[in-house]
Amino acid sequence: MKYRKRFEELFFKIISALMTYALIAVLVFIIGVIFYKGISALSWDILLKTPKGGYYYGGEGGVLNAIIGSLYIASGATFIAMIIGMPAALYLNVYLMRYKRTQNTIRFLLDTLWGIPSIVYGAFGFAMMLFLGMNASLLAGIITVSLLVLPIMVRTFDEILSTIPKGLMEASLALGSTRCETAYKIMLKQGFQGFITAVLLCFGRAIGDAASVLFTAGYSDQIPVNLDEPAATLPLAIFFQLSSPIPEVRERAFASALILTTIILVISLSARLFSMRFSQTNIR
Amino acid sequence: MELRRRIVDSFNGKWMLISLIILFILPLVIGTGLYLKSIPLLEHHSLRQLVFSTNWAPSRSSFGFWSFISGSLYVTLISFLLSLPFCLFAAIYLTQFSSRFLLRIMHPVIDILSGLPSVIYGVWGILIVVPFIGDYLAPALGTTSTGYSVLAGGSVLAVMCIPYSLNMLIEIFRTVPCGLREASLSLGATSWEAVKHVVIRGNYPGIIAAFGLGIAKAFGETIAVMMVVGNVVSNSFNPLDPAYPLPALIANNYGEMLSIPLYDSALMFAALVLFIIIVIINLIFRFLIHKTRKK
Repeated sequence: MKYRKRFEELFFKIISALMTYALIAVLVFIIGVIFYKGISALSWDILLKTPKGGYYYGGEGGVLNAIIGSLYIASGATFIAMIIGMPAALYLNVYLMRYKRTQNTIRFLLDTLWGIPSIVYGAFGFAMMLFLGMNASLLAGIITVSLLVLPIMVRTFDEILSTIPKGLMEASLALGSTRCETAYKIMLKQGFQGFITAVLLCFGRAIGDAASVLFTAGYSDQIPVNLDEPAATLPLAIFFQLSSPIPEVRERAFASALILTTIILVISLSARLFSMRFSQTNIR
Repeated sequence: MELRRRIVDSFNGKWMLISLIILFILPLVIGTGLYLKSIPLLEHHSLRQLVFSTNWAPSRSSFGFWSFISGSLYVTLISFLLSLPFCLFAAIYLTQFSSRFLLRIMHPVIDILSGLPSVIYGVWGILIVVPFIGDYLAPALGTTSTGYSVLAGGSVLAVMCIPYSLNMLIEIFRTVPCGLREASLSLGATSWEAVKHVVIRGNYPGIIAAFGLGIAKAFGETIAVMMVVGNVVSNSFNPLDPAYPLPALIANNYGEMLSIPLYDSALMFAALVLFIIIVIINLIFRFLIHKTRKK
Protein backbone atom coordinates (compact mmCIF):
# COMPACT_ATOMS: atom_id res chain seq x y z
CA MET A 1 0.00 0.00 0.00
CA LYS A 2 2.68 2.40 1.02
CA TYR A 3 4.83 1.53 -1.97
CA ARG A 4 1.90 1.99 -4.33
CA LYS A 5 1.22 5.38 -2.86
CA ARG A 6 4.80 6.46 -3.12
CA PHE A 7 5.05 5.14 -6.65
CA GLU A 8 1.89 7.00 -7.71
CA GLU A 9 3.20 10.20 -6.18
CA LEU A 10 6.54 9.93 -7.90
CA PHE A 11 5.06 8.84 -11.20
CA PHE A 12 2.67 11.75 -11.52
CA LYS A 13 5.20 14.28 -10.31
CA ILE A 14 7.66 13.18 -12.94
CA ILE A 15 5.00 13.06 -15.65
CA SER A 16 3.77 16.55 -14.92
CA ALA A 17 7.31 17.94 -14.75
CA LEU A 18 8.08 16.29 -18.06
CA MET A 19 5.01 17.79 -19.70
CA THR A 20 5.96 21.24 -18.49
CA TYR A 21 9.51 21.02 -19.74
CA ALA A 22 8.20 19.54 -22.99
CA LEU A 23 6.33 22.78 -23.61
CA ILE A 24 9.53 24.80 -23.30
CA ALA A 25 11.23 22.29 -25.57
CA VAL A 26 8.47 22.58 -28.17
CA LEU A 27 8.75 26.37 -28.22
CA VAL A 28 12.53 26.24 -28.56
CA PHE A 29 12.16 23.58 -31.23
CA ILE A 30 9.67 25.59 -33.31
CA ILE A 31 11.64 28.81 -33.12
CA GLY A 32 14.87 26.92 -33.71
CA VAL A 33 13.53 25.27 -36.86
CA ILE A 34 12.20 28.56 -38.23
CA PHE A 35 15.50 30.33 -37.56
CA TYR A 36 17.62 27.47 -38.87
CA LYS A 37 15.69 27.30 -42.13
CA GLY A 38 15.30 31.05 -42.47
CA ILE A 39 18.81 32.30 -41.71
CA SER A 40 20.36 30.59 -44.71
CA ALA A 41 17.72 32.07 -47.01
CA LEU A 42 17.74 35.55 -45.55
CA SER A 43 19.53 38.33 -47.39
CA TRP A 44 19.31 42.09 -47.78
CA ASP A 45 17.62 41.58 -51.14
CA ILE A 46 14.73 39.80 -49.49
CA LEU A 47 14.33 42.50 -46.88
CA LEU A 48 14.66 45.52 -49.14
CA LYS A 49 13.34 44.63 -52.58
CA THR A 50 9.91 43.97 -54.02
CA PRO A 51 9.47 40.86 -56.16
CA LYS A 52 10.38 41.23 -59.78
CA GLY A 53 8.69 39.07 -62.35
CA GLY A 54 6.07 37.49 -60.11
CA TYR A 55 6.57 36.24 -56.59
CA TYR A 56 5.46 32.76 -57.55
CA TYR A 57 7.75 32.01 -60.46
CA GLY A 58 11.08 32.56 -58.81
CA GLY A 59 12.03 35.94 -60.20
CA GLU A 60 14.48 38.23 -58.49
CA GLY A 61 13.69 40.41 -55.53
CA GLY A 62 12.31 39.95 -52.04
CA VAL A 63 9.25 40.42 -49.91
CA LEU A 64 9.39 44.12 -49.09
CA ASN A 65 5.85 44.54 -50.47
CA ALA A 66 4.57 42.01 -47.95
CA ILE A 67 6.49 43.53 -45.04
CA ILE A 68 5.19 47.03 -45.77
CA GLY A 69 1.68 45.76 -46.50
CA SER A 70 1.59 43.85 -43.24
CA LEU A 71 2.82 46.84 -41.26
CA TYR A 72 0.17 49.06 -42.90
CA ILE A 73 -2.64 46.63 -42.21
CA ALA A 74 -1.55 45.87 -38.65
CA SER A 75 -1.06 49.50 -37.66
CA GLY A 76 -4.27 50.64 -39.36
CA ALA A 77 -6.29 47.90 -37.71
CA THR A 78 -4.69 48.53 -34.33
CA PHE A 79 -5.44 52.22 -34.66
CA ILE A 80 -9.12 51.64 -35.40
CA ALA A 81 -9.35 49.09 -32.61
CA MET A 82 -7.74 51.65 -30.30
CA ILE A 83 -10.23 54.39 -31.16
CA ILE A 84 -13.20 52.13 -30.52
CA GLY A 85 -11.80 49.72 -27.98
CA MET A 86 -10.15 52.07 -25.51
CA PRO A 87 -13.25 54.19 -24.76
CA ALA A 88 -15.39 51.06 -24.59
CA ALA A 89 -13.12 49.54 -21.95
CA LEU A 90 -13.07 52.80 -19.99
CA TYR A 91 -16.85 53.07 -20.13
CA LEU A 92 -17.14 49.54 -18.87
CA ASN A 93 -14.98 50.34 -15.86
CA VAL A 94 -16.06 53.88 -15.00
CA TYR A 95 -19.70 54.31 -15.89
CA LEU A 96 -20.75 50.76 -15.20
CA MET A 97 -18.73 50.51 -11.99
CA ARG A 98 -21.82 50.15 -9.84
CA TYR A 99 -23.52 47.57 -12.04
CA LYS A 100 -21.46 44.45 -11.38
CA ARG A 101 -23.93 42.23 -13.13
CA THR A 102 -23.98 44.21 -16.37
CA GLN A 103 -20.20 44.40 -16.28
CA ASN A 104 -19.88 40.65 -16.00
CA THR A 105 -22.40 40.03 -18.76
CA ILE A 106 -20.53 42.37 -21.07
CA ARG A 107 -17.22 40.67 -20.29
CA PHE A 108 -18.81 37.31 -20.91
CA LEU A 109 -20.09 38.42 -24.33
CA LEU A 110 -16.74 39.96 -25.25
CA ASP A 111 -14.95 36.73 -24.38
CA THR A 112 -17.32 34.91 -26.67
CA LEU A 113 -16.58 37.41 -29.42
CA TRP A 114 -12.87 36.77 -28.89
CA GLY A 115 -13.41 33.12 -29.71
CA ILE A 116 -14.82 33.67 -33.20
CA PRO A 117 -12.24 32.36 -35.69
CA SER A 118 -10.59 34.71 -38.13
CA ILE A 119 -11.87 32.88 -41.20
CA VAL A 120 -15.40 33.90 -40.21
CA TYR A 121 -14.30 37.52 -40.01
CA GLY A 122 -12.65 37.05 -43.40
CA ALA A 123 -15.81 35.65 -44.97
CA PHE A 124 -17.88 38.39 -43.39
CA GLY A 125 -15.44 41.04 -44.63
CA PHE A 126 -15.71 39.58 -48.09
CA ALA A 127 -19.53 39.63 -47.98
CA MET A 128 -19.43 43.24 -46.76
CA MET A 129 -16.98 44.15 -49.52
CA LEU A 130 -19.28 42.76 -52.21
CA PHE A 131 -22.22 44.51 -50.59
CA LEU A 132 -20.45 47.88 -50.66
CA GLY A 133 -19.02 47.28 -54.12
CA MET A 134 -15.40 47.48 -53.01
CA ASN A 135 -12.51 45.49 -54.39
CA ALA A 136 -9.94 43.57 -52.41
CA SER A 137 -7.93 46.44 -51.00
CA LEU A 138 -5.85 47.76 -48.15
CA LEU A 139 -8.89 49.49 -46.65
CA ALA A 140 -11.04 46.35 -46.67
CA GLY A 141 -8.18 44.43 -45.06
CA ILE A 142 -7.72 47.05 -42.36
CA ILE A 143 -11.41 47.12 -41.48
CA THR A 144 -11.72 43.34 -41.33
CA VAL A 145 -8.63 42.91 -39.19
CA SER A 146 -9.73 45.73 -36.89
CA LEU A 147 -12.99 43.86 -36.23
CA LEU A 148 -10.92 40.81 -35.41
CA VAL A 149 -8.67 42.54 -32.86
CA LEU A 150 -11.33 44.74 -31.29
CA PRO A 151 -12.48 42.26 -28.62
CA ILE A 152 -8.85 41.49 -27.78
CA MET A 153 -8.13 45.18 -27.25
CA VAL A 154 -11.13 45.72 -24.98
CA ARG A 155 -10.68 42.60 -22.88
CA THR A 156 -6.94 43.01 -22.36
CA PHE A 157 -7.22 46.67 -21.38
CA ASP A 158 -10.25 45.93 -19.23
CA GLU A 159 -8.40 43.19 -17.38
CA ILE A 160 -5.89 45.77 -16.07
CA LEU A 161 -8.47 48.52 -15.49
CA SER A 162 -10.54 46.23 -13.30
CA THR A 163 -7.62 45.82 -10.88
CA ILE A 164 -7.34 49.57 -10.21
CA PRO A 165 -8.53 50.31 -6.66
CA LYS A 166 -11.96 51.88 -6.50
CA GLY A 167 -10.83 54.48 -3.97
CA LEU A 168 -8.72 56.22 -6.58
CA MET A 169 -11.71 56.78 -8.80
CA GLU A 170 -13.90 57.82 -5.89
CA ALA A 171 -11.28 60.36 -4.82
CA SER A 172 -11.23 61.83 -8.29
CA LEU A 173 -15.02 62.07 -8.41
CA ALA A 174 -15.11 63.60 -4.94
CA LEU A 175 -12.75 66.35 -6.08
CA GLY A 176 -15.33 67.42 -8.63
CA SER A 177 -14.16 65.89 -11.88
CA THR A 178 -16.79 64.34 -14.09
CA ARG A 179 -16.90 60.64 -14.81
CA CYS A 180 -15.53 61.26 -18.24
CA GLU A 181 -12.53 63.20 -16.97
CA THR A 182 -11.95 60.53 -14.37
CA ALA A 183 -11.92 57.97 -17.13
CA TYR A 184 -9.40 59.69 -19.35
CA LYS A 185 -7.22 61.46 -16.80
CA ILE A 186 -7.13 58.96 -13.97
CA MET A 187 -8.05 55.54 -15.23
CA LEU A 188 -6.20 55.77 -18.53
CA LYS A 189 -3.06 57.02 -16.82
CA GLN A 190 -3.17 54.47 -14.06
CA GLY A 191 -3.93 51.68 -16.51
CA PHE A 192 -1.54 52.88 -19.19
CA GLN A 193 0.56 49.77 -18.83
CA GLY A 194 -2.47 47.66 -19.69
CA PHE A 195 -3.25 49.90 -22.60
CA ILE A 196 0.23 49.45 -24.09
CA THR A 197 0.02 45.70 -23.58
CA ALA A 198 -3.36 45.65 -25.31
CA VAL A 199 -2.07 47.68 -28.25
CA LEU A 200 0.99 45.48 -28.71
CA LEU A 201 -1.07 42.30 -28.38
CA CYS A 202 -3.49 43.57 -31.02
CA PHE A 203 -0.63 44.51 -33.30
CA GLY A 204 0.92 41.07 -32.98
CA ARG A 205 -2.37 39.38 -33.65
CA ALA A 206 -3.13 41.65 -36.60
CA ILE A 207 0.23 41.18 -38.27
CA GLY A 208 0.13 37.42 -37.95
CA ASP A 209 -3.37 36.71 -39.08
CA ALA A 210 -3.74 35.20 -42.53
CA ALA A 211 -7.29 33.91 -42.84
CA SER A 212 -8.97 37.30 -42.49
CA VAL A 213 -6.82 39.09 -45.07
CA LEU A 214 -6.93 36.22 -47.53
CA PHE A 215 -10.24 37.41 -48.97
CA THR A 216 -10.11 41.08 -48.20
CA ALA A 217 -6.63 42.49 -48.77
CA GLY A 218 -5.79 40.59 -51.93
CA TYR A 219 -2.17 40.20 -53.00
CA SER A 220 0.05 42.31 -55.21
CA ASP A 221 3.70 42.64 -56.09
CA GLN A 222 3.71 46.40 -55.55
CA ILE A 223 3.87 48.34 -52.34
CA PRO A 224 0.39 49.81 -51.84
CA VAL A 225 0.21 53.59 -52.09
CA ASN A 226 -3.53 54.21 -51.81
CA LEU A 227 -6.14 52.70 -49.57
CA ASP A 228 -7.99 51.16 -52.51
CA GLU A 229 -5.05 49.15 -53.81
CA PRO A 230 -4.58 45.50 -52.94
CA ALA A 231 -1.80 44.82 -50.47
CA ALA A 232 0.40 41.82 -49.84
CA THR A 233 0.84 40.56 -46.29
CA LEU A 234 3.61 38.52 -44.70
CA PRO A 235 1.53 35.51 -43.63
CA LEU A 236 0.05 35.21 -47.10
CA ALA A 237 3.48 35.67 -48.66
CA ILE A 238 4.69 32.70 -46.60
CA PHE A 239 1.62 30.67 -47.44
CA PHE A 240 1.69 31.29 -51.20
CA GLN A 241 5.43 30.99 -51.64
CA LEU A 242 5.56 27.76 -49.69
CA SER A 243 3.11 26.12 -52.08
CA SER A 244 5.34 26.92 -55.02
CA PRO A 245 7.18 24.02 -56.69
CA ILE A 246 10.35 26.09 -57.18
CA PRO A 247 12.89 25.60 -54.37
CA GLU A 248 14.16 29.21 -54.48
CA VAL A 249 10.67 30.53 -53.86
CA ARG A 250 10.25 28.12 -50.97
CA GLU A 251 13.51 29.37 -49.53
CA ARG A 252 12.06 32.87 -49.69
CA ALA A 253 9.02 31.64 -47.78
CA PHE A 254 11.32 30.40 -44.99
CA ALA A 255 13.04 33.78 -44.91
CA SER A 256 9.65 35.49 -44.63
CA ALA A 257 8.70 33.13 -41.81
CA LEU A 258 11.87 34.16 -40.00
CA ILE A 259 11.01 37.85 -40.46
CA LEU A 260 7.48 37.36 -39.15
CA THR A 261 8.67 35.31 -36.16
CA THR A 262 11.23 37.97 -35.29
CA ILE A 263 8.57 40.69 -35.41
CA ILE A 264 6.31 38.65 -33.13
CA LEU A 265 9.13 37.92 -30.68
CA VAL A 266 10.10 41.58 -30.51
CA ILE A 267 6.49 42.60 -29.89
CA SER A 268 6.01 39.96 -27.24
CA LEU A 269 9.19 40.88 -25.36
CA SER A 270 8.62 44.64 -25.59
CA ALA A 271 5.08 44.16 -24.25
CA ARG A 272 6.64 42.61 -21.15
CA LEU A 273 9.24 45.33 -20.86
CA PHE A 274 6.74 48.17 -21.28
CA SER A 275 4.30 46.73 -18.81
CA MET A 276 7.06 46.62 -16.19
CA ARG A 277 8.26 50.13 -17.08
CA PHE A 278 4.91 51.85 -16.96
CA SER A 279 3.60 50.23 -13.82
CA GLN A 280 6.45 51.71 -11.76
CA THR A 281 4.90 55.18 -11.57
CA ASN A 282 1.44 53.94 -10.63
CA ILE A 283 -0.30 55.05 -7.46
CA ARG A 284 -0.75 52.06 -5.25
CA MET B 1 -19.49 74.36 -15.21
CA GLU B 2 -17.51 75.96 -17.96
CA LEU B 3 -19.14 75.46 -21.38
CA ARG B 4 -16.13 74.03 -23.16
CA ARG B 5 -15.54 71.50 -20.48
CA ARG B 6 -19.16 70.46 -20.59
CA ILE B 7 -19.13 69.98 -24.37
CA VAL B 8 -15.92 67.96 -24.33
CA ASP B 9 -17.32 65.93 -21.52
CA SER B 10 -20.60 65.07 -23.18
CA PHE B 11 -18.91 64.32 -26.49
CA ASN B 12 -16.40 61.99 -24.91
CA GLY B 13 -19.04 60.30 -22.81
CA LYS B 14 -21.24 59.71 -25.84
CA TRP B 15 -18.36 58.32 -27.87
CA MET B 16 -17.57 55.86 -25.12
CA LEU B 17 -21.12 54.61 -25.09
CA ILE B 18 -21.27 54.44 -28.89
CA SER B 19 -18.06 52.43 -29.08
CA LEU B 20 -19.42 49.94 -26.58
CA ILE B 21 -22.62 49.66 -28.60
CA ILE B 22 -20.62 49.11 -31.80
CA LEU B 23 -18.94 46.20 -30.09
CA PHE B 24 -22.29 44.66 -29.33
CA ILE B 25 -23.76 45.13 -32.75
CA LEU B 26 -20.72 43.47 -34.30
CA PRO B 27 -21.65 39.80 -33.73
CA LEU B 28 -25.24 40.47 -34.74
CA VAL B 29 -24.07 42.12 -37.96
CA ILE B 30 -21.70 39.25 -38.72
CA GLY B 31 -24.44 36.68 -38.12
CA THR B 32 -27.09 38.45 -40.18
CA GLY B 33 -24.63 39.36 -42.94
CA LEU B 34 -23.58 35.75 -43.40
CA TYR B 35 -27.19 34.60 -43.13
CA LEU B 36 -28.37 37.05 -45.80
CA LYS B 37 -25.60 35.84 -48.07
CA SER B 38 -26.56 32.20 -47.62
CA ILE B 39 -30.31 32.70 -48.20
CA PRO B 40 -30.07 31.84 -51.95
CA LEU B 41 -28.59 28.47 -51.04
CA LEU B 42 -31.14 27.80 -48.32
CA GLU B 43 -33.95 28.48 -50.79
CA HIS B 44 -32.77 25.70 -53.07
CA HIS B 45 -31.74 23.10 -50.53
CA SER B 46 -33.05 21.98 -47.19
CA LEU B 47 -30.87 22.55 -44.16
CA ARG B 48 -30.75 18.86 -43.33
CA GLN B 49 -29.59 17.94 -46.77
CA LEU B 50 -26.91 20.63 -46.69
CA VAL B 51 -25.46 19.56 -43.38
CA PHE B 52 -25.75 15.77 -43.60
CA SER B 53 -25.25 15.00 -47.26
CA THR B 54 -21.75 14.04 -48.44
CA ASN B 55 -22.45 14.83 -52.06
CA TRP B 56 -20.22 17.78 -53.01
CA ALA B 57 -20.30 18.91 -56.65
CA PRO B 58 -20.63 22.67 -56.94
CA SER B 59 -20.81 22.65 -60.73
CA ARG B 60 -23.89 20.42 -60.57
CA SER B 61 -25.17 22.56 -57.71
CA SER B 62 -25.22 19.84 -55.10
CA PHE B 63 -23.76 21.00 -51.82
CA GLY B 64 -23.34 18.51 -49.01
CA PHE B 65 -21.11 19.70 -46.21
CA TRP B 66 -20.93 16.56 -44.10
CA SER B 67 -17.52 15.35 -45.30
CA PHE B 68 -16.06 18.74 -44.45
CA ILE B 69 -17.77 19.04 -41.10
CA SER B 70 -16.71 15.51 -40.15
CA GLY B 71 -13.19 16.28 -41.33
CA SER B 72 -13.11 19.29 -39.02
CA LEU B 73 -14.48 17.24 -36.14
CA TYR B 74 -11.91 14.50 -36.66
CA VAL B 75 -8.93 16.87 -36.75
CA THR B 76 -10.27 18.66 -33.68
CA LEU B 77 -10.74 15.39 -31.81
CA ILE B 78 -7.15 14.32 -32.52
CA SER B 79 -5.82 17.67 -31.40
CA PHE B 80 -7.87 17.49 -28.21
CA LEU B 81 -6.57 14.03 -27.36
CA LEU B 82 -2.98 15.10 -27.97
CA SER B 83 -3.17 18.35 -26.02
CA LEU B 84 -5.12 16.98 -23.02
CA PRO B 85 -2.23 15.47 -21.02
CA PHE B 86 0.09 18.40 -21.70
CA CYS B 87 -2.39 21.03 -20.58
CA LEU B 88 -3.60 19.21 -17.51
CA PHE B 89 -0.24 18.07 -16.14
CA ALA B 90 1.60 21.26 -17.00
CA ALA B 91 -1.09 23.32 -15.28
CA ILE B 92 -0.93 21.10 -12.20
CA TYR B 93 2.84 21.22 -12.10
CA LEU B 94 2.98 24.97 -12.53
CA THR B 95 0.39 25.79 -9.90
CA GLN B 96 1.18 23.09 -7.31
CA PHE B 97 4.70 21.72 -7.51
CA SER B 98 6.93 24.12 -9.37
CA SER B 99 9.27 26.76 -8.07
CA ARG B 100 8.49 30.44 -8.56
CA PHE B 101 11.44 30.65 -10.91
CA LEU B 102 10.00 28.13 -13.34
CA LEU B 103 6.67 29.93 -13.27
CA ARG B 104 8.45 33.17 -14.18
CA ILE B 105 10.05 31.43 -17.16
CA MET B 106 6.86 29.74 -18.25
CA HIS B 107 4.82 32.91 -18.49
CA PRO B 108 6.72 34.32 -21.46
CA VAL B 109 6.91 30.84 -22.97
CA ILE B 110 3.13 30.52 -22.93
CA ASP B 111 2.74 34.08 -24.20
CA ILE B 112 5.03 33.54 -27.15
CA LEU B 113 3.49 30.17 -27.98
CA SER B 114 0.04 31.72 -28.06
CA GLY B 115 1.30 34.77 -29.95
CA LEU B 116 3.02 32.94 -32.79
CA PRO B 117 0.94 33.29 -35.96
CA SER B 118 -0.74 30.21 -37.33
CA VAL B 119 1.28 30.39 -40.54
CA ILE B 120 4.45 29.83 -38.54
CA TYR B 121 2.93 26.70 -37.01
CA GLY B 122 2.01 25.66 -40.52
CA VAL B 123 5.59 26.10 -41.74
CA TRP B 124 6.83 24.12 -38.76
CA GLY B 125 4.28 21.41 -39.53
CA ILE B 126 5.41 21.17 -43.14
CA LEU B 127 9.08 21.09 -42.18
CA ILE B 128 8.91 18.68 -39.26
CA VAL B 129 5.58 16.97 -38.62
CA VAL B 130 4.66 16.04 -42.19
CA PRO B 131 8.03 14.46 -43.11
CA PHE B 132 8.10 12.67 -39.75
CA ILE B 133 4.71 11.08 -40.37
CA GLY B 134 5.39 10.35 -44.02
CA ASP B 135 8.93 9.00 -43.69
CA TYR B 136 9.03 7.40 -40.25
CA LEU B 137 5.65 6.86 -38.64
CA ALA B 138 3.75 5.45 -41.60
CA PRO B 139 6.48 2.93 -42.63
CA ALA B 140 6.84 1.93 -39.00
CA LEU B 141 3.14 1.14 -38.90
CA GLY B 142 3.39 -0.76 -42.15
CA THR B 143 1.40 1.66 -44.28
CA THR B 144 2.20 4.46 -46.64
CA SER B 145 1.18 8.07 -46.26
CA THR B 146 2.25 11.30 -47.86
CA GLY B 147 2.41 12.80 -44.38
CA TYR B 148 -0.24 15.37 -45.21
CA SER B 149 -2.80 13.81 -42.92
CA VAL B 150 -5.34 14.21 -40.15
CA LEU B 151 -2.67 13.28 -37.64
CA ALA B 152 -0.36 16.05 -38.89
CA GLY B 153 -3.20 18.58 -38.69
CA GLY B 154 -4.15 17.35 -35.25
CA SER B 155 -0.63 17.59 -33.86
CA VAL B 156 -0.05 21.10 -35.21
CA LEU B 157 -3.42 22.16 -33.83
CA ALA B 158 -2.63 20.58 -30.48
CA VAL B 159 0.53 22.65 -30.13
CA MET B 160 -1.42 25.77 -31.07
CA CYS B 161 -4.21 25.14 -28.59
CA ILE B 162 -2.07 24.11 -25.62
CA PRO B 163 -1.19 27.66 -24.49
CA TYR B 164 -4.82 28.70 -24.81
CA SER B 165 -6.25 25.96 -22.58
CA LEU B 166 -3.20 25.98 -20.32
CA ASN B 167 -3.60 29.67 -19.50
CA MET B 168 -7.19 29.13 -18.47
CA LEU B 169 -6.39 26.03 -16.44
CA ILE B 170 -3.64 27.85 -14.55
CA GLU B 171 -6.06 30.65 -13.75
CA ILE B 172 -8.66 28.18 -12.52
CA PHE B 173 -6.24 26.12 -10.40
CA ARG B 174 -4.92 29.28 -8.76
CA THR B 175 -8.33 30.02 -7.30
CA VAL B 176 -8.29 26.80 -5.26
CA PRO B 177 -8.03 27.96 -1.66
CA CYS B 178 -4.72 27.10 -0.06
CA GLY B 179 -6.39 25.96 3.14
CA LEU B 180 -8.29 23.23 1.38
CA ARG B 181 -5.08 21.73 0.03
CA GLU B 182 -3.32 22.10 3.35
CA ALA B 183 -6.20 20.41 5.15
CA SER B 184 -5.94 17.51 2.78
CA LEU B 185 -2.17 17.31 3.25
CA SER B 186 -2.45 17.43 7.01
CA LEU B 187 -4.82 14.48 6.95
CA GLY B 188 -2.02 12.42 5.50
CA ALA B 189 -2.59 12.68 1.79
CA THR B 190 0.44 12.76 -0.44
CA SER B 191 0.73 15.90 -2.48
CA TRP B 192 -0.43 14.12 -5.61
CA GLU B 193 -3.49 12.81 -3.77
CA ALA B 194 -4.23 16.33 -2.60
CA VAL B 195 -4.08 17.48 -6.18
CA LYS B 196 -6.23 14.61 -7.35
CA HIS B 197 -8.95 15.01 -4.78
CA VAL B 198 -8.97 18.72 -4.14
CA VAL B 199 -7.64 20.51 -7.21
CA ILE B 200 -8.99 18.31 -9.97
CA ARG B 201 -12.21 17.10 -8.43
CA GLY B 202 -13.23 20.51 -7.16
CA ASN B 203 -12.77 22.09 -10.55
CA TYR B 204 -14.51 19.76 -12.93
CA PRO B 205 -16.64 22.46 -14.56
CA GLY B 206 -13.65 24.75 -15.00
CA ILE B 207 -11.48 22.03 -16.48
CA ILE B 208 -14.18 20.96 -18.90
CA ALA B 209 -14.73 24.58 -19.90
CA ALA B 210 -11.03 25.22 -20.52
CA PHE B 211 -10.81 22.22 -22.81
CA GLY B 212 -14.10 23.09 -24.47
CA LEU B 213 -12.79 26.51 -25.39
CA GLY B 214 -9.59 24.93 -26.67
CA ILE B 215 -11.73 22.68 -28.87
CA ALA B 216 -13.68 25.68 -30.18
CA LYS B 217 -10.43 27.39 -31.09
CA ALA B 218 -9.12 24.29 -32.81
CA PHE B 219 -12.35 23.90 -34.74
CA GLY B 220 -12.07 27.32 -36.33
CA GLU B 221 -8.35 27.34 -37.00
CA THR B 222 -7.67 27.73 -40.70
CA ILE B 223 -4.27 28.33 -42.19
CA ALA B 224 -2.07 26.06 -40.09
CA VAL B 225 -4.40 23.10 -40.54
CA MET B 226 -4.90 23.78 -44.20
CA MET B 227 -1.14 23.65 -44.83
CA VAL B 228 -0.65 20.16 -43.38
CA VAL B 229 -3.94 18.30 -43.58
CA GLY B 230 -3.90 17.49 -47.28
CA ASN B 231 -7.22 19.04 -48.30
CA VAL B 232 -8.63 15.93 -49.94
CA VAL B 233 -11.91 14.35 -48.93
CA SER B 234 -11.15 10.78 -47.93
CA ASN B 235 -14.01 9.79 -45.58
CA SER B 236 -11.87 7.20 -43.82
CA PHE B 237 -11.11 6.76 -40.17
CA ASN B 238 -7.42 6.24 -40.68
CA PRO B 239 -5.62 9.23 -39.09
CA LEU B 240 -2.86 8.88 -41.66
CA ASP B 241 -5.26 9.75 -44.48
CA PRO B 242 -5.88 13.35 -45.52
CA ALA B 243 -9.03 15.26 -44.70
CA TYR B 244 -10.69 18.47 -45.78
CA PRO B 245 -11.86 20.60 -42.85
CA LEU B 246 -14.55 23.24 -43.17
CA PRO B 247 -12.36 26.36 -42.71
CA ALA B 248 -9.91 25.07 -45.31
CA LEU B 249 -12.81 24.67 -47.73
CA ILE B 250 -13.73 28.32 -47.34
CA ALA B 251 -10.16 29.53 -47.63
CA ASN B 252 -9.24 27.38 -50.63
CA ASN B 253 -12.15 28.24 -52.86
CA TYR B 254 -12.62 31.96 -52.48
CA GLY B 255 -11.01 32.57 -55.88
CA GLU B 256 -13.48 30.59 -57.95
CA MET B 257 -16.58 31.13 -55.90
CA LEU B 258 -17.96 33.95 -58.00
CA SER B 259 -17.81 31.95 -61.24
CA ILE B 260 -20.20 29.15 -60.29
CA PRO B 261 -23.81 29.95 -59.32
CA LEU B 262 -24.67 29.46 -55.64
CA TYR B 263 -21.03 28.67 -54.84
CA ASP B 264 -20.38 31.95 -53.01
CA SER B 265 -23.60 31.44 -51.13
CA ALA B 266 -22.49 27.92 -50.17
CA LEU B 267 -19.16 29.16 -48.81
CA MET B 268 -20.91 31.89 -46.83
CA PHE B 269 -23.19 29.20 -45.46
CA ALA B 270 -20.11 27.25 -44.42
CA ALA B 271 -18.82 30.33 -42.60
CA LEU B 272 -22.22 30.73 -40.96
CA VAL B 273 -22.17 27.13 -39.75
CA LEU B 274 -18.70 27.67 -38.31
CA PHE B 275 -19.80 30.90 -36.66
CA ILE B 276 -22.88 29.36 -35.05
CA ILE B 277 -21.11 26.23 -33.80
CA ILE B 278 -18.27 28.21 -32.27
CA VAL B 279 -20.46 30.88 -30.71
CA ILE B 280 -22.63 28.21 -29.08
CA ILE B 281 -19.63 26.28 -27.73
CA ASN B 282 -18.11 29.52 -26.48
CA LEU B 283 -21.30 30.71 -24.80
CA ILE B 284 -21.73 27.43 -22.92
CA PHE B 285 -18.17 27.09 -21.68
CA ARG B 286 -17.58 30.77 -20.97
CA PHE B 287 -20.69 30.61 -18.84
CA LEU B 288 -19.22 27.69 -16.92
CA ILE B 289 -15.98 29.62 -16.38
CA HIS B 290 -17.77 32.74 -15.20
CA LYS B 291 -19.70 30.60 -12.74
CA THR B 292 -16.60 28.99 -11.29
CA ARG B 293 -14.90 32.36 -11.03
CA LYS B 294 -17.73 33.77 -8.98
CA LYS B 295 -17.32 31.03 -6.39
